[in-house]
Amino acid sequence: MSSNSFAYTEQSGGGETAELGQEATSTISPSGAFGLFSSDLKKNEDLKQMLESNKDSAKLDAMKRIVGMIAKGKNASELFPAVVKNVASKNIEIKKLVYVYLVRYAEEQQDLALLSISTFQRALKDPNQLIRASALRVLSSIRVPIIVPIMMLAIKEASADLSPYVRKNAAHAIQKLYSLDPEQKEMLIEVIEKLLKDKSTLVAGSVVMAFEEVCPDRIDLIHKNYRKLCNLLVDVEEWGQVVIIHMLTRYARTQFVSPWKEDDGLEDNEKNFYESDDELKEKTEDRKKPYSMDPDHRLLIRNTKPLLQSRNAAVVMAVAQLYWHISPKSEAGIISKSLVRLLRSNREVQYIVLQNIATMSIQRKGMFEPYLKSFYVRSTDPTMIKTLKLEILTNLANEANISTLLREFQTYVKSQDKQFAAATIQTIGRCATNISEVTDTCLNGLVCLLSNRDEIVVAESVVVIKKLLQMQPVQHGEIIKHMAKLLDSITVPVARASILWLIGENCERVPKIAPDVLRKMAKSFTSEDDLVKLQILNLGAKLYLTNSKQTKLLTQYILNLGKYDQNYDIRDRTRFIRQLIVPNEKSGALSKYAKKIFLAQKPAPLLESPFKDRDHFQLGTLSHTLNIKASGYLELSNWPEVAPDPSVRNVEVIELAKEWTPTGKAKKENPAKKFYSESEEEEESSDSSSSDSESESGSESGEGGGSEEEEDSSEDSSEGSSSEEESESGDESEAENKRMATRNSKNKGKSDTEDGKKKNEKSKTSGSSDADSSSIESSSDSESESESEYESRKTTKEIGKQTKQDRNLLTKDVSLLDLDDFNPISTPVVLPTPALSPSLIADLEGLNLSTSSSVISVGTPVFVPGKTHVLLHRMSGKGLAANYFFPRQPCIFGDKMVSVQITLNNTSDRKIENIHIGEKKLPVGMQMHVFHPIDSLEPEGSITVSMGIDFCDSTQTASFQLCTKDDCFNVTIQPPIGELLLPVTMSEKDFKKEQGMLTGMNETSAVIIAAPQNFTPSMVLQKVVNVANVGVVPSGQDNIHRSEELKFSSSLRKVCS
Amino acid sequence: MIQSLFLINCSGDIFLEKHWKSVVSQSVCDYFFEAQEKAADVENVPPVISTPHHYLISIYQDKLFFVSVIQTEVPPLFVIEFLHRVADTFQDYFGECSEAAIKDNVVIVYELLEEMLDNGFPLATESNILKELIKPPTILRSVVSSITGSSNVGDTLPTGQLSNIPGHQVGIEYTNNEAYFDVVEEIDAILGKSGSTVFAEIQGVIDACIKLSGMPNLSLSFMNPRLLDDVSFHPCIRFKCWESERVLSFIPPDGNFRLISYRVSSQNLVAIPAYVKHSISFKENSSSKYGKTIEGITVTVHMPKVVPNMNLTPTQGSYTFDPVTKVLTWDVGKITPQKLPSLKGLVNLQSGAPKPEENPSLNIQFKIQQLAISGLKVNRLDMYGEKYKPFKGVKYVTKAGKFQVRT
Repeated sequence: MSSNSFAYTEQSGGGETAELGQEATSTISPSGAFGLFSSDLKKNEDLKQMLESNKDSAKLDAMKRIVGMIAKGKNASELFPAVVKNVASKNIEIKKLVYVYLVRYAEEQQDLALLSISTFQRALKDPNQLIRASALRVLSSIRVPIIVPIMMLAIKEASADLSPYVRKNAAHAIQKLYSLDPEQKEMLIEVIEKLLKDKSTLVAGSVVMAFEEVCPDRIDLIHKNYRKLCNLLVDVEEWGQVVIIHMLTRYARTQFVSPWKEDDGLEDNEKNFYESDDELKEKTEDRKKPYSMDPDHRLLIRNTKPLLQSRNAAVVMAVAQLYWHISPKSEAGIISKSLVRLLRSNREVQYIVLQNIATMSIQRKGMFEPYLKSFYVRSTDPTMIKTLKLEILTNLANEANISTLLREFQTYVKSQDKQFAAATIQTIGRCATNISEVTDTCLNGLVCLLSNRDEIVVAESVVVIKKLLQMQPVQHGEIIKHMAKLLDSITVPVARASILWLIGENCERVPKIAPDVLRKMAKSFTSEDDLVKLQILNLGAKLYLTNSKQTKLLTQYILNLGKYDQNYDIRDRTRFIRQLIVPNEKSGALSKYAKKIFLAQKPAPLLESPFKDRDHFQLGTLSHTLNIKASGYLELSNWPEVAPDPSVRNVEVIELAKEWTPTGKAKKENPAKKFYSESEEEEESSDSSSSDSESESGSESGEGGGSEEEEDSSEDSSEGSSSEEESESGDESEAENKRMATRNSKNKGKSDTEDGKKKNEKSKTSGSSDADSSSIESSSDSESESESEYESRKTTKEIGKQTKQDRNLLTKDVSLLDLDDFNPISTPVVLPTPALSPSLIADLEGLNLSTSSSVISVGTPVFVPGKTHVLLHRMSGKGLAANYFFPRQPCIFGDKMVSVQITLNNTSDRKIENIHIGEKKLPVGMQMHVFHPIDSLEPEGSITVSMGIDFCDSTQTASFQLCTKDDCFNVTIQPPIGELLLPVTMSEKDFKKEQGMLTGMNETSAVIIAAPQNFTPSMVLQKVVNVANVGVVPSGQDNIHRSEELKFSSSLRKVCS
Repeated sequence: MIQSLFLINCSGDIFLEKHWKSVVSQSVCDYFFEAQEKAADVENVPPVISTPHHYLISIYQDKLFFVSVIQTEVPPLFVIEFLHRVADTFQDYFGECSEAAIKDNVVIVYELLEEMLDNGFPLATESNILKELIKPPTILRSVVSSITGSSNVGDTLPTGQLSNIPGHQVGIEYTNNEAYFDVVEEIDAILGKSGSTVFAEIQGVIDACIKLSGMPNLSLSFMNPRLLDDVSFHPCIRFKCWESERVLSFIPPDGNFRLISYRVSSQNLVAIPAYVKHSISFKENSSSKYGKTIEGITVTVHMPKVVPNMNLTPTQGSYTFDPVTKVLTWDVGKITPQKLPSLKGLVNLQSGAPKPEENPSLNIQFKIQQLAISGLKVNRLDMYGEKYKPFKGVKYVTKAGKFQVRT
């Protein structure tokens, strides 16, 4: 056995080449070589044997070779039965390779493929999300119509999966099923509708992709999700962003009125861009014809702007086309810089971007004019890039820059790349026609080129000169003479034809030369190219009509030659001309008009950009690149005259709470971190871990489902969950509380002596319900692994280094209610309800841990009180007012610091300059990270700055000077004790453990007054978080709100109730 | 979206194919070969080709064509970006993106493609995530796995897959916590005949190599951030921080990645560090304004087709001439201002061919160590969220980008 596996090792290097030889034979064999056929059979026998062996290594080896065959496009379908047996292999790599095989050949071997289905059905219920996802992926990739119902069922189930990764795969499966059986459309749309509501960024891109493929016309499904999609956009992975942006562009074109009509000529609109919606609205309303942009329209434009900075060219292009198609014209300018940046990328990206720029630059020259030089051509560029750049340069040419451009063109004309040089000459021609000032210069330049040694250049010049002369035929006799001379040397047919045509047209201006040219041509007629022959005939006819004395015989000679030409076109033309110009009895009335027919004034050709007509395709699409409508291209509709009802996008209140609070709230709280904001990610990880923990809880899927429902309902409305919990909190909880209290006090005593210096970072309140316990238990498993981590990081959090005397200050008798930041609420009226109900928070926090086991995970603030404190009153600050509040964010300046946000207002009527922090009078050990000085603050202006202060875990005041240019004001910040805390996520078990290590000296207690009827866990929690920045420890026991510093002992509770 | 992928080498062999939906016959590539024939040069093969039933979108990288088959409308850049990402991943896994490397690792390639694309839509493209799913090949691992039959496929979902911090692994502890930044600036310039600057701008990137334990929060600030004209970011960077404070704040992924790329517009460009004088003899001239030596200078000239060979004597360095591609490469080395290098000699023309009327333009490569020519300076790097002291380093290099001298 082992020798077998060793054989493989040797093979892994050299095996590939041997294999190559073998497989070469396998392709030949079907074509008939019988001798080889047997060896092929033998080889496959060999593989079959390996697949049937019970050694994984042999199987793996066999599968690797089979995959090698598939990769090269060789047929390996006859191994199907042998391979499919291994679909349930324990070895994950064998399994994956079998999947690869299955997906490739299932369509050909439908009956056998069915054997594998049950394996996938089982795997769909696997606790591991990766296995669930990959089972769904393979199942949906098997293109066997019989299993459509099974796929449908699997998709439906997966779309409700807890893991966003599985849901993402479900979204992909939708498209696969749709292409297999379009009849399922209606059912699939239901699933899409459901997944569109999903708030995970992971799912968003995939489901929109499915939407685009299955039901792009069901724009009504988007309404409710529009704002969510706009807000999530920056956090979606880059591929999803592209798809979503394209879809939203189409959506915007059907739902909003055009922002363009107003724009024309209103330059000042530029300023509006950075102003808020309201201001914009005000301004636009002032105008005669009030156009105000729908706030949703503005939302889309604003939220896509940061994506212009993406590293992914496809995203940048997608945003660029969005701006091009739906933003006011004055705002579209910002995309040009980003598009120009993409030109540094590889040639394929350049090609597509240049094409799009070419289309844009026709309509709005101004956008790219500042970047003119970026389109200068390098000799190393591939020809296709060069021609596109040239195209853009032509589009951008105007009176101001034409002289620079012409100089640049001169260099290009000399390029070794003759195709490019020819294109340049065409370009010069176009510039000459477009800009009348330089027509003569260009013409002269082109005439100079006629003496160029390169024939292609000369030929191209002739053609272009012909076109130019046609537009202003009067004064150019000299040039025509010059060109006539060229006929002797030039051989390119197009050029010769052009010269002949030109002479024919102007034969009356060059009466002496024209007959001579005709004579020469008559001589060489038989050896000329067809194109030239036709023009000789034309020239002959024209001369016959104007100067028949000299040319009659010549023309007839030529007509005779033409009569017997090999080319039927020429024979045809000859016959036609003869009938028309040579008078005879039969010729009708037409011949009288022959001269008018031949020498009519011909309209000058219009030299146009080949990109002129491309703008009816949406930019950045395949159709635009190819300039043909690609299959599946969705037209961009015109703006509606009247906007459809904007209220369809409003989301109902309950749904709003459900969909928005977690993300929306978090966003509001940390405006400084929005680009790829973490709030989302936190939610994500909690989501994922929720499924992890679910699955870890094993086969009790019923219980898992139950707790999920619980989570859902608690999301729906906090009242709902709180009432639920109320009902659950029974006598048992009371007893539990008492027990806890006693234990706490014991712990206190012990740890006081032992762990005098132990820090007590983990401030916790725990509020949770029975139903949560399953998830909590599992999360605590992972938590326990990280315990040691916690302990080794004593210093990271606050409170830790309190000195003894500090602690004396903070003994039990200090009531939290006395702290000046807390407004005693005597009547338990409705507080600003926390968006997250305790059970949900418990879930979120508990689950966070399983993903980040090695670090202390700082929980999100449960609640951020909006209360601000006065730092400097406007009267004492000579007009400068300053307020501060604690945003309860982890401070970015240092992990021991508390972040403080200071809002500065200028209430005076003059500018306040140079606001900065002056002298600091801090107690020993205290540190402060000051904000950057503010240059100036306008009257009525306000600015928010953030700073970090390390209070050394004490409530000592930080005094410092707030200085302006003229004055200095002494101010102080004293932190309420609650703000010194940081919520930390940990399990109940760890909480207890940590709690055990604490000293009682750090204790602070407070009395919360609440009416009995309103006494619910969420209420208590609400009050607690109002005064202190703490998190919630999920607890298996009911209703114990714990925090290390804030002990809600049962006695207190009794007072309350 | 992407239906099938074919890898084609320079001689036109299809050596790998992969299908995500129904199998598309190899014969679809005939349209591609047709286009390839039409475009004399590989560089000129159009990236998007339309065929009767499909559309082919291709990229050319490392002498290989990646040809994807598309059936319906899709943003072409989407596919192009993705294909480049695939090529980069191969490069990352196998050290090179070549036919041999891909053939040797065909199984890993297949597993990778399987993970990167589902039903033609990108699934996992971040290299850190992929490396968790499928371990890159090493000699040791292949020996071990062949004996034990253990796999190189991970069986848990990488955490990075689910977060927006692409690829930061939480569980890893490094013994040396390091953060290195390379500021690499490239000068793109076109110098005119007379030596005047026709066009010049600086393109810069900051590449990071970060190995930090835990979940560090880094913030990188510059002495002169206003220099940066246009910037594109790695997804880990918080855009708002940049907007408001001009500070790069981010939680880094593990390993190597490109942090930002930026452009400095031409107004800020101080001076071009190298001049080339040319007439019958090329003269090179350096203004060592920066007190740094310019090194690694290479001059490449695409000679006209009529030049079969040449006989030159450089005063410094060595030259080679490839008679097939007609490329003259002169490796100059370092330049000292006292002694200017020159390259003189005879250039033979094919008999009967007329003298080319214009001089070929010169492409110049050079390198200046320890200098960012735009003057960009990293001010400081702060780390929050972890308490160990990382080892930090910043390196500056200026290179010639697309630096061309017209003659």
